[in-house]
Amino acid sequence: MDASFWLLQCLNAMQYSMLLFLLSIGLTVIFGLMHFVNLAHASLYMLGAYFGISVSAMTGQFWLAFMLSPIIVTCIGAVLYFTLIDRMRGAGPMNQVLVTFGLIFVILDLVRLGWGDIALGLEAPAELSHTVSFWGISYPAYRLFIIALGLVVMISMWVVLRRTQIGAMIRASVENADMAASLGINVGRLFFLVFCFGCALAGLAGVAAAPIFSATTTMGITILIPTLIVVVIGGLGSLEGAITGSLIIGFLETFGAVLLPSLSAVLTYMLLAAVLVFRPQGLIPARG
Amino acid sequence: MKSILKNLVVIGGLAVGIHMPAFADTKVGLVLPYTGTYAALGNAITEGFNMAIDEAGRSDEFTIITEDTEAKPPVGLAKARKLVLQDKVDVMVGVVSSGVLGAMRDFVHQAEVPLIVANAGNNLATGENCSPYIVRVSFSNGQINRPMGTWMAENGVKTVYTLAPDYSAGHQMISSFSAAFTAAGGEVLGSEFTPFGQTKDFGPYLANAQASGAEAIFVFYAGGGAINFVKQYGSFDIKTPLYGSGFLTSPLYVAAEGEAAIGVRASLHYIPTLETPENKAFVEAFMARYGTMPSEYSVQGYDAGLALMAAVDQGGTDSQSIAAALPKVSYVGPRGALEIDPATNNIVQNIYVYDTVMENGALTQKLIDTISSVRDDVAGCQM
Repeated sequence: MDASFWLLQCLNAMQYSMLLFLLSIGLTVIFGLMHFVNLAHASLYMLGAYFGISVSAMTGQFWLAFMLSPIIVTCIGAVLYFTLIDRMRGAGPMNQVLVTFGLIFVILDLVRLGWGDIALGLEAPAELSHTVSFWGISYPAYRLFIIALGLVVMISMWVVLRRTQIGAMIRASVENADMAASLGINVGRLFFLVFCFGCALAGLAGVAAAPIFSATTTMGITILIPTLIVVVIGGLGSLEGAITGSLIIGFLETFGAVLLPSLSAVLTYMLLAAVLVFRPQGLIPARG
Repeated sequence: MKSILKNLVVIGGLAVGIHMPAFADTKVGLVLPYTGTYAALGNAITEGFNMAIDEAGRSDEFTIITEDTEAKPPVGLAKARKLVLQDKVDVMVGVVSSGVLGAMRDFVHQAEVPLIVANAGNNLATGENCSPYIVRVSFSNGQINRPMGTWMAENGVKTVYTLAPDYSAGHQMISSFSAAFTAAGGEVLGSEFTPFGQTKDFGPYLANAQASGAEAIFVFYAGGGAINFVKQYGSFDIKTPLYGSGFLTSPLYVAAEGEAAIGVRASLHYIPTLETPENKAFVEAFMARYGTMPSEYSVQGYDAGLALMAAVDQGGTDSQSIAAALPKVSYVGPRGALEIDPATNNIVQNIYVYDTVMENGALTQKLIDTISSVRDDVAGCQM
């Protein structure tokens, strides 16, 4: 176990963190902005993977699938928004959780009907299917691509949220939606835009993850729990919270698996419990 | 007077005529997962079973009732109860998950309704917890991996690192492999069990396996886990050769693994490329019927059907007589020569060592070696 071993594991942790980030940022912003608990977010991730595989199978082009899949998922998200989510906005968290949890199973069975029960795979594009050697290790290029993708999304979101007018509008609406509305911000339309953007990121995470993890009908439910943990640990509604949360969980799960395999499954939940007891609002909540 | 007699004869004939099919009828309950993690396996087993019955032209003889067990032990038990108490089936066929089998075991044993196990490989079911009413036509976890441990040690592999999911089947597969491998002179340098159903990223474990310096990696993964594992093994370009329980590169999903599966060496009780007349006929008929290659799961369903019909032919008419006839079943099927070991009620069968290779643009199985008639020890089984 030399330095290159640790570097390899750090990259593994980064790669997992970035996938968690792509999922949790959408969830947390929708959560923080709309006070809406959208558990079906994880199903959109699954749909992203399946649509990516289908588009790629039909056209033979990975990058086209990579572009189209988030768009298809966004359209599905928009349909959900107008049929269910918008109506459920005022219904209180318990009803929202029940409806969106039910939605997970509806989407799961629709996927089973459409794509079958057998796990499907997606080949990484040829230009990323080799390994890259540096500093004494060789690492799959596709995983480096995911790390880069996560970092690009992270930085551009920070720039948009902190340095642009729409970012200021979103932050204002998270802080106090009524006040923002009375200042002339069209909060309803803003909500819809943010919701669509969150869906697109979920679809993007799905199609990006498909070449590494196969697409299965259970992939949505299995990723939902770590994603919720990231959101709760990081703090609802904040970009910094999602970044911190996904890095903590990504590194904790990876190094837990390497160093304390028998404990790794418990470590995350111990951390979650500790955060809920000592800092229930999360490490970096949106509102102070 | 004459006409009355004639009428009586006609009525008597009618009565016999009506009675005949009812006498031959056998009620079969299929207890398989059609939703959840194992749905694909449940469907594959059902396909094989139906094909066996239809091929023999005996679908009129068997009334088949299907029940979905999901992958949940309590659901499996409830469905078994329903089939026995309400539908009054003569025999049950199925069970994919070892957990479901464990939950059903005592009920089946006490209800004295035979269960033909068509997948679940739990060693205990034909070991310590064996029952005259539980007959297994699929495999036991030990049966597939023990021969591979010996084979690898005898074929020049001196050290291994093992990986498997952290649940009973994972532990049984690896411990029987490791015991045989060590007994034949090999050494296990390291071993890890990954959280069951949650591990998606095997990168950290693969790095550990590589760092151990072992000559080979031996793993058990099935379904989605197998696809992830093989693809990730391939993407890291690891030089340590990969061996495994044959479920790792099952024909059911090897296509999803792609080129990463090439060169993986594994052991299994069936591969569709066996060059025997029985298997060639089976594969051809299966392709004609379903349009896909059969997998080990389809064969297990097929053999469950053949075993059931053989038991009925040997005088099995109700639960008791079918249970008594099943252990006497033996025939040559797609897998090769099969028999039920009456000491454990587990199947005795060949284990095949095979490589996954690319041929004409598709992944297929290349037979490397055959270990004949692998029989499980009577591990504490008392009938």
